[in-house]
Amino acid sequence: MHTFEFIRPKNPAQAIAVAAGAKTAQQGADIRFLAGGTTLIDLMKLNVETPAQLIDINRLGLDKIEATPDGGLKIGATVRNSDLAYHEKVRRDYSVLSQALLAGASAQLRNMATTAGNLLQRTRCVYFRDTAMACNKREPGTGCSAIGGSNRTLAILGASEHCIATNPSDMCVALATLEATIHVQGKNGSRAVPIGDFHLLPGNTPQRETVLEPGDLVTHVTLPPPVAGSRQVYLKLRDRASYEFALASAAVVLSRAPGKVTRARIALGGVGTKPWRSPEAESVLVGQPANDATFRKAAEAALRDAKPQSENAFKVELARRCLTHALEMATTG
Amino acid sequence: MSERKSEEPCAVGAHTSTVSRRSFLVTAGTAGIVGAVDAAEVMGQSQYADPPGTVDRRGTVAVVLRINGKEHRLRVDPRTTLLDCLRETVALTGTKKGCDHGQCGACTVHVNGRRVNSCLSFAVMHDGDSITTVEGLGTPAAQHPMQAAFVACDAYQCGYCTSGQIMSAVALLKEPCGPNDADVKELMSGNICRCGAYQNIVAAIQQVRRTA
Repeated sequence: MHTFEFIRPKNPAQAIAVAAGAKTAQQGADIRFLAGGTTLIDLMKLNVETPAQLIDINRLGLDKIEATPDGGLKIGATVRNSDLAYHEKVRRDYSVLSQALLAGASAQLRNMATTAGNLLQRTRCVYFRDTAMACNKREPGTGCSAIGGSNRTLAILGASEHCIATNPSDMCVALATLEATIHVQGKNGSRAVPIGDFHLLPGNTPQRETVLEPGDLVTHVTLPPPVAGSRQVYLKLRDRASYEFALASAAVVLSRAPGKVTRARIALGGVGTKPWRSPEAESVLVGQPANDATFRKAAEAALRDAKPQSENAFKVELARRCLTHALEMATTG
Repeated sequence: MSERKSEEPCAVGAHTSTVSRRSFLVTAGTAGIVGAVDAAEVMGQSQYADPPGTVDRRGTVAVVLRINGKEHRLRVDPRTTLLDCLRETVALTGTKKGCDHGQCGACTVHVNGRRVNSCLSFAVMHDGDSITTVEGLGTPAAQHPMQAAFVACDAYQCGYCTSGQIMSAVALLKEPCGPNDADVKELMSGNICRCGAYQNIVAAIQQVRRTA
C-alpha cells in the first residue's frame, strides 16, 4: 500500500476545503474521503486506489437518520448499512431499502459500510481490481480486458465498447425505486442530485462514475414520503445463498387498485453499469391487470436493450425471471 | 515488537506444557531472522523515501485504543490496519488474518460492541474506541459461554477461523436474528470455514441462544 497522510477534519467545511485541492474526485483521486473503508481500503491494498491524503469523515456528525418536515426521511452519509436496514421507519415504510441492504455483504461489513460509501461502491470486475490487466476504468486508454474475457458476471445493460463493468450495489437499486435525492456539499455550496442522475454511464470515460467533483462531499440522502399502501420487494439472485454479489436483482415498489396496477417503480441490479431504473417496465405495468402475462411483458420491456457479452447471455433471461418473480411476490400473499 | 507475552496453555484436554505452538515458532524463528535485519532496514529506507519538498509521510499517527478494557497509547503508521495493529503492535494474535480483504471474517473483532472486519479498517480511525478481541471474551479457566459451546459442540477442525466465528457469534446474540438455523446461517455468512464445520458452529450458537 502506498503511503498517505491521514487527516481528521473538525467539520464538513474543513473536509471539503482539503478535498477541493484534489485533481479529480473520480478513479485514482489523490485525495479521498474515508468512511467505512470497506471498498476504499480493499482497493488501496490492491494499489487500485493510491490516494496521497485520506480525510476521515466518520466523526463529522453525519450519522443520523431523521424524519423530514414533508414526511420523508433524511439519511446521513455515514449512517451504517446495518443501522439503516434495521431502522424502524425504514423497515416499515421503505422496506425495499431494508431488504436490499440486508441482501448485501455480511453482518460485519454492514456494520462498517456507510450510506455514502455504498453510493460510491466500486465494481467487482476482476480486471478493474488487478493492476496487471488492461482496464479503461482504472487506467483510461489501456483497453477493456473484460470484453471477450471473463465476463460472466458483468453488465448487459448500459455498457460501452470501453467498459462493461457492473455496478455492484444493492442499496442503490432500492434507492432508485424510492426516488432518493443525493445531497452534495462542495466548495461552491450545496446541491441536490436525483439518484437517477448521480451515476454516469461509462461511455468513453468509464473512469468517471458519478457527477462528483473535487471537494464534493455527500452529506446525506433524502427519501420522499412513503407511498401509502405500496408493496415493496427486493429479490436478489446470486451464485451463493448469501454473501455474494447479484447476478441479477430486482427492486419493485408497486401500488394497485382493484384489477390493475396504479403505480410502479422498477429497478434492476447486477446487470447494469449503473443502478438500472426501468421506466420501460413501469409504463408496461401501469393501468394493466397484475397478472403473469403483464409481468412477463414488463420484464421483456426492461431487458429489450440488453446486449450480453461472451459469457453472460444467461443473465438476460435470469434478469427477466428475477423481475417477473419479484412482481409476483409483490402482488401475492 | 514489544511485550509479546507467552500464551496461556491450551484450554482443551490434558495439555500441561507451557510451550505453546506460537511461542515455539517465535523462539525457533528468531535465529533465522537475525541475518536479514540489515537488508530489511535498507529496504525500509528506500520504501519510505519521499521526494524532496514533499510532506514527511514517514510520520506515525498517535492513537488511543481501549483493547479488552486496557488503554493502549500507540503510534502507528496510518496504513496499519486494525488487524495488523492488534496482532503486530499489541501482540494479541488471537485475531487471525485470512484473506485480508473482508471476504473471510477470520479477523472479526468488536468495535464499541459491534462486530467488524478488522482487516478493512485503519487503526488510526479508532481513536478512543473500545475494541474487544477473542482474548477479551474469556480465559481458559473462565470461558465465555460461546467459547464453551464451541468446545462442547466440536465447532471447528483446524481452528483458524474459530476466533472470528466466536466473535461474530457473540455479536449476533445482540442483533435482530430470527429463531431458526437458517436465520443464524444468514447472519454468520460473513465467516468462512474451509474445514466445513458449519453444522456444529450453528449448533453451538443455537445452544447458547437457547440458554441465554
